[in-house]
Amino acid sequence: MIEAEDVVKSFTVRTRTGGLRRRGRTTLRAVDGVSFAVEPGEFVGYLGPNGAGKSTTIKMLTGILTASSGTLRVCGLDPSRRRTSLARRLGVVFGQRTTLWWDLPLRDSLTLVRRLYRVEPAAHRARFAELSELLELDPFLDTPVRQLSLGQRMRGDLAAALLHDPELLVLDEPTIGLDVVSKATVRDFLERINAERGTTILLTTHDLGDIERLCRRVLIIDHGRLAYDGGLDELRRTVDADRVLVAELARPGPPIVLDDPEFGRIEAERVQGPRQWLRLPSAANAATVVAALARRHEVRDIALREAGIEDVLAGLYRGDHAYTCPADLPWEDGPPSGPPERPDHRSMVE
Amino acid sequence: MAEAGRAAARPLATYALLAWTWIRAAAQYPVSMVLLATATAVVSGLDAAAIGLLFTRAPRIAGFGASEVLFLYGTSALSFAISDILLGGTERLGQHVREGTLDAMLVRPVSPLIQVATEDFSPRRLGKLLPAGTILTLALANADVPWTPGRLALVPMMVLCGALIFAGLWVLGGAVQFVLVESHGATKSLTYGGAYLTQYPMTVFARDFVRGVTFVVPLAFVNWQPALYVLDRPDPLALPGAARFASPAVAAAVCAAAAVAWRAGLRHYRSTGS
Repeated sequence: MIEAEDVVKSFTVRTRTGGLRRRGRTTLRAVDGVSFAVEPGEFVGYLGPNGAGKSTTIKMLTGILTASSGTLRVCGLDPSRRRTSLARRLGVVFGQRTTLWWDLPLRDSLTLVRRLYRVEPAAHRARFAELSELLELDPFLDTPVRQLSLGQRMRGDLAAALLHDPELLVLDEPTIGLDVVSKATVRDFLERINAERGTTILLTTHDLGDIERLCRRVLIIDHGRLAYDGGLDELRRTVDADRVLVAELARPGPPIVLDDPEFGRIEAERVQGPRQWLRLPSAANAATVVAALARRHEVRDIALREAGIEDVLAGLYRGDHAYTCPADLPWEDGPPSGPPERPDHRSMVE
Repeated sequence: MAEAGRAAARPLATYALLAWTWIRAAAQYPVSMVLLATATAVVSGLDAAAIGLLFTRAPRIAGFGASEVLFLYGTSALSFAISDILLGGTERLGQHVREGTLDAMLVRPVSPLIQVATEDFSPRRLGKLLPAGTILTLALANADVPWTPGRLALVPMMVLCGALIFAGLWVLGGAVQFVLVESHGATKSLTYGGAYLTQYPMTVFARDFVRGVTFVVPLAFVNWQPALYVLDRPDPLALPGAARFASPAVAAAVCAAAAVAWRAGLRHYRSTGS
């Protein structure tokens, strides 16, 4: 469905280096040699911090931007050369803006989509009925879009993007700003059309709930490069290895160093007053470490923090940058995100 | 053949469909729509009244009588109104680039030019047609011209060609905004400035300026050159007689240049992102 091979998108950025005349030009590689393939029927999450190159990739996939180099095929077409043909086979939803007609009833926008995409009336009717049932559009089909809630509008946008029965649905942050109930509706719907109609879905999001609920596979992009491509479970496994033990000692002291034949050497990686943060190697048994700790230090309290999906992403996003912890964290929370420095990237794609 | 005809008519049908959609959207605010259309009509009418006022003081402007100047005004205003109605939306291209709405247009299987031109299509723009049409009718009725079939036929021709030249300028101005996002001011000087310029006999302007709008930005072919033939006047630049009938060729050239520029602009946008 999507084949990307060594896709690069570079922008020339003019920088003002001081003074009026001296201007430099730097080439910024927003997407720097990304390769991946998406098979029909997949549900892929495309993640990355702001500015990592997510949107640029989406824009190249949909034919909005032309790749600087590399080859790209979407639905078997070169998106840049065959943008219009591709548009008929593609559904695109930008969560941050609507493509519906603001002042007209939702129904009118959806009817217009039929004409713009030249869908046969009978096929349109059937599809319209199906989508409006799945997305529960009926109560507000005749309400002007401007009066719809964000959740209703998103459902309308989804319907508009799917009325021409696209093979591939590209969603750019579809759940942004939605409340819990609306999010659940949108997720249920996406899950269904992927499972029942076999629509391939590529989704970018900052909402990890979307990912955990929907995506069997995630692509993570950082600094324009693909940092991870694989199953969510494997990603989680990498994360689960990274546990952090937060110990509150009776009194402040120098960083703890534990040296034990059973788990090797563990050093506190952060000290804040009496609290110390220790990263457990994946092989280490937490109970053994706690016992070793309690033997040598007077421990008042102890917490073991299992890293969540947020943590591994935070670690991935941070890349090689130094890990810094906000200083004023409540004790229960421990350090905000588990992996300091670069986490164990066993499944990293270079 | 029929298939080819349908394919050619499709963009027009899409244009009409989108324009109608935006009109219905504007009709959600009927009072505002009527007031804006009226205001537009009144403002363009006042523009013409200014010319009338001028002639109460001087019998002729640069050798042209009142009905002749009104003829120039009417043809220019009508051409401009038609082009503005159809393609005036392109002046907001920079805004679409800045706000990212252009991206949403590019993922639809419809030409972005049609989408940009129809975006926010407002019946208000139709308000310009009425005064322009009225003035042209008045000017034609009062013009002291020995009407021949040729002269008569040239009038709708010059309105059409003028509209095409302005249309080309709108699209050119839009195309420039792909590269210079904040250039809608410069674009306006070309379109609105051109409309204003062609409302008066070129003889009121300096000769080099007239050369500029003849050969560089071919505004003189909107109405001035054909009007010289219709009004039976000598050309101050003494161009050959064929220049009076060159408007269709000039219009075609301007539209072709605009099409090339638009494509280039779109290509630029798609390679740079803004």
